Amino acid sequence: MNFMASKQPENSLLGPESDSQRTLYPYVTGTSVVALKYKDGILMAADMGGSYGSTLRYKSVERMKPIGKHSLLGASGEISDFQEILRYLDELILYDNMWDDGNSLGPKEVHNYLTRVMYNRRNKFNPLWNSLVLGGVKNGQKYLGTVSMIGVNFEDNHVATGFGNHLARPILRQEWHENLSFEDGVRLLEKCMRVLLYRDRSAVNKLQIAKITEDGVTISQPYSLKTYWEFSAFENPAQGAIGSW
Amino acid sequence: MASSGFQADVKALQKHLAARHLIYQHQHNKQMSCPAMAQLLSNTLYYKRFFPYYSFNVLGGLDNEGKGCVFTYDAVGSYEKVGYSSQGSGSTLIMPFLDNQLKSPSPLLLPARDAVTPLAEAEAIDLVKTVFASASERDIYTGDKLEIVVINADGIRREYMDLRKD
Repeated sequence: MNFMASKQPENSLLGPESDSQRTLYPYVTGTSVVALKYKDGILMAADMGGSYGSTLRYKSVERMKPIGKHSLLGASGEISDFQEILRYLDELILYDNMWDDGNSLGPKEVHNYLTRVMYNRRNKFNPLWNSLVLGGVKNGQKYLGTVSMIGVNFEDNHVATGFGNHLARPILRQEWHENLSFEDGVRLLEKCMRVLLYRDRSAVNKLQIAKITEDGVTISQPYSLKTYWEFSAFENPAQGAIGSW
Repeated sequence: MASSGFQADVKALQKHLAARHLIYQHQHNKQMSCPAMAQLLSNTLYYKRFFPYYSFNVLGGLDNEGKGCVFTYDAVGSYEKVGYSSQGSGSTLIMPFLDNQLKSPSPLLLPARDAVTPLAEAEAIDLVKTVFASASERDIYTGDKLEIVVINADGIRREYMDLRKD
């Protein structure tokens, strides 16, 4: 008995979808990642939330991971696809190390690899449902790039995924400048993350900030931002509203 | 090569052609002429006729005699040598203006007349800047910054101009 017939119109060009193994929609997702270049390298921030639709299901998800010696990867979107990408990168780094030739993949190369993977999966209609941020330093050269689930990629002095594009990037455009100090960089990132916390419903108040320099990767312990909810306008919101109760 | 459309496809297409150009240089010990690249681009686009590169291109460069040429394309490889062209979201605004300024005779005329009145480099660059500034006013996707590439016997030069940022 056919309870749930797959919804294909008669004139569809799509093949049989009943045994489809491809990602149709995301399940457990991470929200924005924000990153910027500063004096010594890259700073990246992401909260630790894993949402299951509208439920804030998981609150200790690490969405930033070091890759090899020179790179740091942050991801938003489907967490299981992020884990798959980490497996791909693990193999990539392993083969790179096995050459044992003193050479190692830098952030530019890793970013290019990820771009190819995301684009080719998109062309097969089976995307990895992520927006990735790849930052790193190699031989003094700082690099910060991003790739989306459909393969759109670019590099810049500051990047963000998801809601970060709408809420964080305007702040960064205004306040970012070359050679930010570490403290200034962290302050700027925290400003962006605070706005996201107030306005992005899938944000959680538990975040990590990661730093990558020539010397390597440091990912901070999880901490929370101070927030202020005592604005008088919100204390008695109906006070001035005629006709409200 | 200037491309408008889906950025991932544009990047992939430009990377593909750059690789093919490198192979050509290895095999022929010279740079590809613009007409040669024009054909290659057309073939590359048509190869994916049934899953196209979502990329709208204008190719510019020098032919084997050192004269400038411009080729315009659609997403699946139809192309034509022209005196001037525009593609992308602002093209509907830009193209009629170019037609007006550059006095294109009808392509049906025999003998074929040259499509463009001769323009000095400074005039041409000024025209490009004017055209993009105007397009930025009315096309929401056009704006932020303009990159102009000038190719002539002296080589390749780039110029940048800020556009409206809204």
